Amino acid sequence: MTMFARSTSARAPAGTPRMTFSRRTILKASAAAGGGLLLHATLPVVARAAASGLVSPADVTLNAFVRIAPDGIVTIMAKNPEIGQGVKTMLPMVIAEELDADWKDVRIEQADLEAAKYGRQFAGGSTATPLNWDPLRRVGAAGRAMLVAAAAEAWGVAPAECSTASGVVLHPPSGRKLGYGALAGKAAMMRVPDLKTLRLKTPKEFKIVGRPIPGVDSPLIVAGKPLFGIDVAVPGMLYAVFEKCPVFGGKVVSANTDAIKALPGVRHAFVVKGGSDLRGLLDGVAIVAESWWAASKAREKLKISWDEGPTAAESSAGFARDAARLGKGSPAQSLRRDGDVTAAYAQAARVLEAAYSYPFIPHIPLEPQNCTAHFREGKVEIWAPTQDPGSGAALVASTLGMAQGDVTVHMTRVGGGFGRRLRNDYMVEAAWIAKAAGAPVKLLWTRQDDMQHDFYRPAGFHFLKGALDGRGKLVALSDHFVTFGHGDTVADSATMSPGEFPAGLVDNLDYGMSLLPLGVPTGPLRAPRSNALAFVFQSFLDELAHAAGKDPLEFHLALLGEGRVLPSSPGARAPQRDFDTERMRGVLELVAEKSGWAKRQALPKGTGLGIASYFSHLGYFAEVVQATVAPSGAVKADKVWIAGDVGSQIINPSNAENQVQGAALDGIGAALGQAITIDRGRAVEANFDTVFPLRINQAPPVEVHFRITDHSPTGLGEPALPPVVPALCNAVFAATGKRIRKLPIDPAELKSA
Amino acid sequence: MPYTILVNGTKRSVDVDGDMPLLWVLRDVLELKGSKFGCGVGLCGACTVHLGGEAVRSCSIPISSVGAAAVTTIEGIAATPVGAKVQAAWLDVDVMQCGYCQAGQIMSAAALLTKTARPTDGDIDQAMAGNICRCCTYSRIRAAIKKAAGLRTADAGVR
Repeated sequence: MTMFARSTSARAPAGTPRMTFSRRTILKASAAAGGGLLLHATLPVVARAAASGLVSPADVTLNAFVRIAPDGIVTIMAKNPEIGQGVKTMLPMVIAEELDADWKDVRIEQADLEAAKYGRQFAGGSTATPLNWDPLRRVGAAGRAMLVAAAAEAWGVAPAECSTASGVVLHPPSGRKLGYGALAGKAAMMRVPDLKTLRLKTPKEFKIVGRPIPGVDSPLIVAGKPLFGIDVAVPGMLYAVFEKCPVFGGKVVSANTDAIKALPGVRHAFVVKGGSDLRGLLDGVAIVAESWWAASKAREKLKISWDEGPTAAESSAGFARDAARLGKGSPAQSLRRDGDVTAAYAQAARVLEAAYSYPFIPHIPLEPQNCTAHFREGKVEIWAPTQDPGSGAALVASTLGMAQGDVTVHMTRVGGGFGRRLRNDYMVEAAWIAKAAGAPVKLLWTRQDDMQHDFYRPAGFHFLKGALDGRGKLVALSDHFVTFGHGDTVADSATMSPGEFPAGLVDNLDYGMSLLPLGVPTGPLRAPRSNALAFVFQSFLDELAHAAGKDPLEFHLALLGEGRVLPSSPGARAPQRDFDTERMRGVLELVAEKSGWAKRQALPKGTGLGIASYFSHLGYFAEVVQATVAPSGAVKADKVWIAGDVGSQIINPSNAENQVQGAALDGIGAALGQAITIDRGRAVEANFDTVFPLRINQAPPVEVHFRITDHSPTGLGEPALPPVVPALCNAVFAATGKRIRKLPIDPAELKSA
Repeated sequence: MPYTILVNGTKRSVDVDGDMPLLWVLRDVLELKGSKFGCGVGLCGACTVHLGGEAVRSCSIPISSVGAAAVTTIEGIAATPVGAKVQAAWLDVDVMQCGYCQAGQIMSAAALLTKTARPTDGDIDQAMAGNICRCCTYSRIRAAIKKAAGLRTADAGVR
């Protein structure tokens, strides 16, 4: 089985999106069926993926799609998957704003996967805002200009004398006005304006952007309407379960499929022979039945003999042992060397050493993996909750030996993504099983399937050393990062950037890496890499601050130093971006003010404040957690304060706050109760009795503040997550004097009575 | 085996195995897709419905044990005054992120407010702790419950 060709582009979120309009930018208009205006924009946008080494510079073609009906109803296509990040509402808001439509007249339709029409359609990397903000504004503004031109021509006046207001073109000198619906047919005949020279609104003119707009699907959700992948129903549909080897990549030797076929309601039972790419179709046994319940019951009787393969020798305990051994030696490869750490350690007033580690964790979106597929006449139609339908279609096409053009993907609403559904293993399984069954099939995984066949946030081990001079200044820092990979290839999402904070801010610095072989699949989980590295570095910096006898905030600000931009380094192994110390200082000072950081000594015994910051996904976040540790060792987060800088405009303040609060609570949940243990090559944990997403009784209030700065707006799904983990751990230290160096937090280690 | 159950005020007859969970009868036999499958063992609350007025996890209730008790699902909750208020509050507070858990959240909240018209934060914790929201919209779930109850929602955030 080949790795699908677009696997690197699935990492596109990791690249640095920078956009400029090329001269080839064109906008086509045509009369829509029913006589309305159809705006079909082809905007070749140059997206430069800087310095990642993973993404080639490539033209990304964006397509926006606006339809105006004669009755004035404006239909806007939502091009990307909606996974709960709010893009189905937010991106159309941007178009509607510059179109100067009345939001109450706007209807939104979810687009299917049609790369030729819409360009790249995916949900990942908090990229929807930075990639689409400027292009979609221009799409809307072009539509507005054409509506104005149509009205001006009808009235025989100059377009410059006309204005618009919420779906109406006005001619103030004569008091005339015409609605967009009445103008749409004529507008479609107007010359398409030059997108580059269009006048965009100033923020003061915004009527939709910047307003809290509720999610467009919400009325359907509260009424229980079918929206999600799991809700898809196709006439004649059968239901499937698929059992894979509990050891990752294991092969089927034999299975009692004949006995299974005889069970009530079962139509088909067969062995699927897969490949060796853990992202693709793997070996397993499919049971297809008249109901999912019948298939599930039959599965209980399934007897499979497996060839477990070499991964059966792997375990979390073994990884920790091997990492400890490697950590004592020198890194196998260097990531970055500045100055002379050896000399700095020899001259330092104080040297600290610490070993940090974190576990594999699962994504556990609440909607288990599922996909409905219908194969007929050499083509397959797919309905899937996916974050990356394009790579899914490519995987299906290559695995089933068909042209990608014969794969149709309908994007359903997605019951949680978190990065899990950037992989489309469940999609190729459904397509394969549907083809074999000769009927439309809905494949649905159980929670156990989901938890034990994930692409986990990789575990990692860091052996750190830091040195302070006589005045408590950080003069040297080293990290020997023991991670996973083979040869020179680091496992998916298990990398570290040479620019990892505080690189560039410490004169003597040494980052190196050693790799442990791994048969367990890993992948991006919300704020990949950052969600683990923030814990390590922001916790160790807190240790150094305390060792220096400094206020951690002051230590942090001193480390940032004067305001400047640290450039990202090209050729780096992991993606990184220019880092603006002034923007980080801004959010640190803001969160300190809002949280009452200066008065933290007044807190009762057993309660403490912790502070941390992190830059990821182009967003600057500083966070303070107040935590209380009970005598039993139980940790409770009492409150979280967050200051974020994602640029000049919060597009939808309601969703923005929701995303930031959710990200922070997600991080707290992971720190308190999530780990996947690998034993004999399989995941031990299977359900929510051993892996614990945060629950309402554990969820503290989260106060969110945005610092508005003069930078183009960036995304919010991820960057609020990384700093909350070290902020919580630093708060535990403030409360107890005990340092958390291993996740998840173990209350037994914090017990005081 | 044939069973007749009362769902959202209407008698529905189904012919299924007695051990088929109510969730799958609702979703795949009666085509009521609002109640969701999340864990299959009553740990996440996505499948919450009312059975005789009590919030229960329909993934863990065999059809054979439903009997004559009234089943109310998210599709029928608007017909109750409390349910309609809860749905309105959910929209007003703009609770949703992915939305997958919210049918279960709304059903648990409606059961809570039917019994306890003015819940404390402790009451909310107790009634809602069985419902996981993987997106962690808990601040807004709490705010929406208070709003539906006519309580102050100072920390509702949005408004």
